[in-house]
Amino acid sequence: MDSTVVSTGTEEKTWGGGNNPLKASYGKMMMWFFIVSDALTFSGFLAAYGFSRFKFINEWPIADEVFTHVPFLHGQELPMIYVAVMTFILIMSSVTMVLAVDAGHHMNKSKVTIYMFLTIIGGAIFLGSQAWEWGTFIKGDYGAVQTKGGNILQFGEYITVDGKETFKRVSIDDIAIAQKSDRIDHERKNGIWFTDEGTLPPYTVDEIYAGLAANENVLVRNQFLDENGHKTILSRAESLKQIKEHGKLVVKGANLQVNEYGTSLFADFFFFITGFHGFHVLSGVILNIIIFFNVVVGTYERRGSYEMVEKVGLYWHFVDLVWVFVFTFFYLV
Amino acid sequence: MAQEHKLEIFRGRWKFKSNIEKIWGVLIFLSLITAVEVVLGIYKPDILMHTWLDPLEGGFFATIGNLILSPIVYMKPLNLIFILLTVVKAYYIAWDFMHLRDETGSFRKMIVWTGVFLICYLVFILLQEGGYVFSVYNGEHALIKKDF
Repeated sequence: MDSTVVSTGTEEKTWGGGNNPLKASYGKMMMWFFIVSDALTFSGFLAAYGFSRFKFINEWPIADEVFTHVPFLHGQELPMIYVAVMTFILIMSSVTMVLAVDAGHHMNKSKVTIYMFLTIIGGAIFLGSQAWEWGTFIKGDYGAVQTKGGNILQFGEYITVDGKETFKRVSIDDIAIAQKSDRIDHERKNGIWFTDEGTLPPYTVDEIYAGLAANENVLVRNQFLDENGHKTILSRAESLKQIKEHGKLVVKGANLQVNEYGTSLFADFFFFITGFHGFHVLSGVILNIIIFFNVVVGTYERRGSYEMVEKVGLYWHFVDLVWVFVFTFFYLV
Repeated sequence: MAQEHKLEIFRGRWKFKSNIEKIWGVLIFLSLITAVEVVLGIYKPDILMHTWLDPLEGGFFATIGNLILSPIVYMKPLNLIFILLTVVKAYYIAWDFMHLRDETGSFRKMIVWTGVFLICYLVFILLQEGGYVFSVYNGEHALIKKDF
C-alpha cells in the first residue's frame, strides 16, 4: 500500500493518516461499505419481490413446477437439482477464493495463481449455468392460455401412477388442432413498411379450443391455489367454458410481458433479480481476471502484500452470499 | 502480512489446526445445510406444510401476540426452516469466508447491524403492505374482477 499513499512525514501521528481506524485498511473498509450498500440494493429487490408475492399470495407460481429441468436429462422432472448444483459451484468457487487469500497471506505466488484461476473457472461455469436456466425458462415447457384478465390456464389430465391418481400436465403442442386462420405475422415487407410486430404465438386460441374439445380427458387448471397449495383444477364443462369465453392469447415460455407459469410479475422479478445477480457475477469474474493477471506478472509480489486479492475476494464472497438468499426466496420458499 | 486467524467455529466446539482446515470445515458445513434444504424442498414433509399455531383471536393482546409470534403463526414451518438455514449459511460465509470473525468487533457490528436493521425494517414494511393489498383485492367487497 505504501506505493499508493503520498508520504507526509507525519504518519506516526493520528492525524497524519498513518493509522488504520478499526484496524482495517482504507481499501478494505471501503469495499465493506460498498458491500453493505449493495446488500441494501439487493434486499430492496428481494423485499419488492416479497411484496408482489404477498399481493398475489394465492396465485403465485410454484417454483417446483417451473424449474424442473437438468441439462442432458430431457423429459425428466427434477426440481431443485440443477439449482442446487449451481449453488454448490458458487460456494466451491468461494472456497478457492478464500484459499487464494490465505495463500496470499503466506506470499505464495504460485498457489495464489492456481486458486485464482480455479475461482475464475467456477464463476464462468456458474454464468453458463445461469444462461442455460434463463434459456429454458424463456423457451417454456407446456404452454398455456392467458385470459383477458391476465390469468393463466394450463392443461393436464388425470393419470394413475402406482395406484395413485395424479394430475399430469399436457403440452399445448399435443392437443392443438390446426385451424384455418387469416392472421399472419405482420412484417415490414407485407404491411406498413415502417413497423413490424413480434412473433405470433405458436397457436391461436381457437386451435387450442378445438384440441381441448377433441380430447375428452384433458382438463384446465387455473392459477389459484387451494388450501393445500395446489392449483385449482376445473371440471370438464368449466374448462371448455373458460377457454371459450375468456381465452385470449396462447402463451409459451416466459418474457417480460407474459409468463406461461402464472403471474407475469414472477417472470419479471426472476429476470430482474437473477439478471442483476448474474451481472454481479460477471463483473466479479472480470475483476478476478484482472487480479489474476496482476498476480501472474508479480505486481503484488513487488508490492509486498496480496491485500488486493483479499478485497476482490470480499466482493466475490458477497456475490455468493446474495445467491444464497436468491436461492431461498426464488426456489425454496 | 501474516494475520492471526481465529480457528474455531460453533463457539469453540470445533477447533481447527490451520486456516485452510477451517475453510474446508466450513465448506462441509455449508454443503450439508444446502443438502438439507434441497432434500426438504423436494420431499416437502406434510407435517411442515401447515402452520402449527392458528392466529390468536381476541383483542389487543391477541394482536400483539400474533405480531410477536408471526413467524410461527403466519408462516409454514418449512419456510421458517429455510429462512433460518439461509441466515445460518449467510453467517458462516460472512464470518469465515469474508473474515469478519477476524475483524475488530466494532467494525463487524458497524457492517452487520446497519444492514440487519435496515433490511428488517424494509421487509416488515413491504410485506405488511403486500398483505394489505392482498386483503383489499380479495376482500368480500373487493371491486377487482379477475375475468371479464
